[in-house]
Amino acid sequence: MIVLSVNPLVSPDPGLFIWAVVAFGILFVLLRAFAWKPILAALTEREQSIEDALARAEAAKEEMARLTGENEALLKEARIERDNILREAKKMKDQIVSDAKETAAKEGARMIEKARVEIDSQTAIALALVKDQVASLSIEIAEKILQKQFEDKGKQDALVADLLKQVKLN
Amino acid sequence: MNNKRHFTSKFFRAIALFTLFFILALNNAKAIDTLKDAKTTVSDTAKAGIKAEKEEDISATILHHIGDSHEWHFWGEGENKVAIPLPVILYTKNGFVTFLSNKHDADQHGDSIFTVKGQSMVNFEGKYYYPSATKYADGSYVKVDENNIPINDKPLDVSITKNVLALFISVALLLIIFLNIAATYKKRTGKAPKGMQSALEPFILFVRDDIAIPQLGHKYAKYMPYLLTVFFFVWINNLLGLIPIFPGGTNLTGNIAITCMLALCTFFITTFSGNKSYWKHIFNTPGVPWWLKFPVPLMPLVEFIGIFTKPIALMIRLFANITAGHILILSLISLIIILKSVYVSAFAIPFVLFISLIELLVGFLQAFIFTILSALFIGMAIEEHHAEEHH
Repeated sequence: MIVLSVNPLVSPDPGLFIWAVVAFGILFVLLRAFAWKPILAALTEREQSIEDALARAEAAKEEMARLTGENEALLKEARIERDNILREAKKMKDQIVSDAKETAAKEGARMIEKARVEIDSQTAIALALVKDQVASLSIEIAEKILQKQFEDKGKQDALVADLLKQVKLN
Repeated sequence: MNNKRHFTSKFFRAIALFTLFFILALNNAKAIDTLKDAKTTVSDTAKAGIKAEKEEDISATILHHIGDSHEWHFWGEGENKVAIPLPVILYTKNGFVTFLSNKHDADQHGDSIFTVKGQSMVNFEGKYYYPSATKYADGSYVKVDENNIPINDKPLDVSITKNVLALFISVALLLIIFLNIAATYKKRTGKAPKGMQSALEPFILFVRDDIAIPQLGHKYAKYMPYLLTVFFFVWINNLLGLIPIFPGGTNLTGNIAITCMLALCTFFITTFSGNKSYWKHIFNTPGVPWWLKFPVPLMPLVEFIGIFTKPIALMIRLFANITAGHILILSLISLIIILKSVYVSAFAIPFVLFISLIELLVGFLQAFIFTILSALFIGMAIEEHHAEEHH
């Protein structure tokens, strides 16, 4: 207590204390209402928005990874599908080709057969015709020869004699 | 290697220079003293008296600088004084009385009575008292006790003193700075901070993330305005106090009335936000042997005293640290006058600069300490204690 009364430094001055209470009170009320509240709100809001943005970025990254995976799977599927289709097509082509070959062979054989038959028949007809022709020609020649042969009496007798000779021999 | 040698040689040269100046200064002082010895014919006691007076004078000057005043003094004494007179407001027996301080400051020994609004008063060492009925032997109307403290009655002094003006300046400064920043925050919602906003945002976040949240937990938001206000109020006043000229240079946060006001705020907040377990801890401390509480309530008494010692420690710590810094700087400067040599300035001025830089750090540190301890005390009062958490 003696120290308090002796040293003016450690005895609070009532006037200054009153002004300090008033000034600090006003400062506190004004700053709380018009400075700290908006500042802290803005800080919280900004932090929240940054956090949100980060979370969104993370989500987008995950989504991206998911999509990429999905694409990969789709691509793989498509590739398999393509391979299948190609294989199928090849098979079908082979089938068609072999079918066609078979058909063609069959048809060819058939046609060849038909041609052969035709040729045979045509040949037969032609031969018959030729035979006829030969027969008529032979007869004609024979007729002409006979006519020529029998124009001379001597010859006819010679022939008959010859023929008779032959018959004798026989 | 070369660099190191260079540094060492530089260092030694500096030390040698200082030592030289110091010896010179000492010699000079001694020489002056011996000269005086030769000249003076007065007795030893008288000389001792003069010396004591000189020392008294310097400590009085330092105390005057760190104390309060009715004027903002720049330089000069008496007639040549350059100072801003400040309004004096006194609540006397006849009501409020106001006048400018330079109107009644010619006599500061309580020798002449002046009358304002029918109220007679005297000025004694810059303070206003009711005069005694009779004049004392030393020609003064003020009676002093053995410690040279007047025992006269005095009116309640609510003047706008140097400290009060400095307080208003700092409050205005804080309002300008933070209302501007708040406006910037509103204007630039969601954007990156800019200008003063970006300069002070780290400190706001520092108070929130390193002071409030660790000490107060999830209930921190309620106490943020107080902690922020205290932090920036203490810090800006600590810094303003380091500026040697107007509007700085006042020892506001080193004034016990201010630290008392701040500590009382913390005390009231702590006391009024104390929950059930806080009071239980004080009056029926769990985990303490019963014979410490009954029949002599030793622990409760200690804990109860603790309620008051905590804010008192807050008050003394800030006051003592800042005042000590001011005294240190003023003492180092006074060395030039004490040792009576201008050469001492070569030694004293770098030291003053060095201490001033340390004071910049101390200014921040004390603001931080005051705020974190306030948060700690409030945190202790609102902490939720669980049954198993006995200590």
